[in-house]
Amino acid sequence: MKFYHFSETPYPILPDLDTLAGLRVDLPNSYYDPVKGADLFHERLDEWCLCDELGINIMLNEHHQTPTCVVPNIVVTASALARQTKNVRILELGNPIANRRDPVRVAEETAMVDVLSRGRLECGFVRGVPMEIAPSNNNPTQSQSRFWEAHDLIKKAWTTHDGPFRWEGKYFNYRAVNIWPRTYQQPHPPIWITTSTLDNATEIGRHGYVCATFLVGSEKAKQIFDAYRIGYRESFGRDPAPDRFAYLGFSHVADSDEAAREPAKKLLWYMEAGKQAPQWNAPPGYMPAEIMVQLMGAPRTAGFRKLDVDFQIGFGNFFTGNPDTVAQQIRKFHDDVGGIGNLLLMGHSGHMTHAETTSHLKLFARDVVPQVRGLSLPQTKAAE
Amino acid sequence: MSVFKVDGVELTGVRAGTGAPLLMLHGAGGPRSILAAAERLSKSFSVMAPTHPGFADCADVDRFDTIDDLAYLYLDLLDELKLTDVTVMGFSLGGWITAEMAVKSTARIGRIILVDAVGVKFGGRDSTELADLFSIPPSEMPKLTYFDQKFAPDPSTFTDRDKLNAQRSFQAFARYAWEPYLHNPKLKQRLHRIDKPALLIWGEHDKIVDVDYGRKFCAAIPGARMVVLPGVGHVPQVEAADKFDALVADFVNGRAIAAE
Repeated sequence: MKFYHFSETPYPILPDLDTLAGLRVDLPNSYYDPVKGADLFHERLDEWCLCDELGINIMLNEHHQTPTCVVPNIVVTASALARQTKNVRILELGNPIANRRDPVRVAEETAMVDVLSRGRLECGFVRGVPMEIAPSNNNPTQSQSRFWEAHDLIKKAWTTHDGPFRWEGKYFNYRAVNIWPRTYQQPHPPIWITTSTLDNATEIGRHGYVCATFLVGSEKAKQIFDAYRIGYRESFGRDPAPDRFAYLGFSHVADSDEAAREPAKKLLWYMEAGKQAPQWNAPPGYMPAEIMVQLMGAPRTAGFRKLDVDFQIGFGNFFTGNPDTVAQQIRKFHDDVGGIGNLLLMGHSGHMTHAETTSHLKLFARDVVPQVRGLSLPQTKAAE
Repeated sequence: MSVFKVDGVELTGVRAGTGAPLLMLHGAGGPRSILAAAERLSKSFSVMAPTHPGFADCADVDRFDTIDDLAYLYLDLLDELKLTDVTVMGFSLGGWITAEMAVKSTARIGRIILVDAVGVKFGGRDSTELADLFSIPPSEMPKLTYFDQKFAPDPSTFTDRDKLNAQRSFQAFARYAWEPYLHNPKLKQRLHRIDKPALLIWGEHDKIVDVDYGRKFCAAIPGARMVVLPGVGHVPQVEAADKFDALVADFVNGRAIAAE
């Protein structure tokens, strides 16, 4: 099993969240102090550099117009770390290719990060959560089909070495695509795609990409991975290796279960900070009309947002306690979902301090990883 | 159930009455707000009120995602039905379709009526003259739509079917009009081509597209006239039904209208 450390790189220095209408799209950036913001950026990058020494892989993401994640371009953090680290994988999860206006530029940027890192890029493609629609202004009714056209174009740009080639698609037009540099890994960096629905999981399975799902709980995660297996078997005629699956949960390790508890609670800021106005949360067409009607009838009260560490442990979203406890939680989760090769761990969020995060990372690497790294081997051989 | 068939596309909607042909094109909210008017007007006209693909109970057409697609579809419908001297009346987004049809061909069109219509941009790049219905909570929409809130439908009476139709309409609205928002940047420079009588009917208190916008729209169409109805918001056919029906009948029949 492989482990990735993740932080959304939030800017949590805000008024009481209860006093804010929402943290997405429309919160003015007068709340952002760039001097404090610089400190926070460097703390997060230092944590990822520490990961490189500890052998924990790096996971990055991007969002727009929100203090919950102040990285508006994943390429910036990935580039810095491609240069500053030497050993571990750098996972971009991901490039919001349904929203980026220029997929060829995504192909160029990711190829350069792959070369700069000497082939350590894991390249995630995401559709982007609903509140990313307003900042990008792309038509929400077309985001799914834009995603796949962008995917096709990026992959063709990566793998064409006798270019240029022409592209006249529904969404994108280019007369001469011919990227420099080409990717370091051959035929291209591993592709990851995120999903929270079964239909998408099956489609991702057909492609054989790594399927990542976030904070949906172990029960739903198993359903998603099972749906993936259907598509994978259709295309490859065999079952996928566990390294085709990835899950994001929270993690905080301390010397004792008790000592882990208070820092662990700080990670739940991520859920608290999800508040936003309905027009940003549910742009028309992002989800099918039938699903929207169901959601309007039954407001989400499920476990995802419940601000309770014990509940989240039981749900499969939290790995926290002393190293043995955490290893046991990981083993249980692994078995509950039917085997999984990649665990993505949010080890920093909200007001968690740099010291708390680094302490967690060191303990995780020293005392947890040796207990569980043997889970779900072997891995898929050929790049898919 | 299919009411119209054109270009291989089946459209739901209303076809009723006898008399001069009247094509009614509904707005972004779907056909709901024009159904009563269609029924009333069918006593005097041969009313055709198709539901645009993707809206309410009308199936999506994958290859359609612009207002131009709908304008050509309805021009083809008039060809298919071999109608002439048709009155095309468009409400809000349906007014945009109407204008797009009329700048392309008025061969089968006798006159057009634009009711609180959108589709043109007169202002600058830093703002919109049209309320951005994608940037407000859905619960705010009735306040912008109706001057007198007693006309707003009561959500507690909505059936599951109504809710699904409303959601489908909202999605279709986005599909056709997300960006550029509710307008075609080229339409303004083409409005001079409209060579048939045009009447603009506007609610005095329209908070989605105001009277000033209507006046600019009117001025851009040669010979067009405009009637502003007091005490009315975005939906005159609902909020001032009698006056609205009389205006339509007078205009189609060539009687005098007290226009601005």
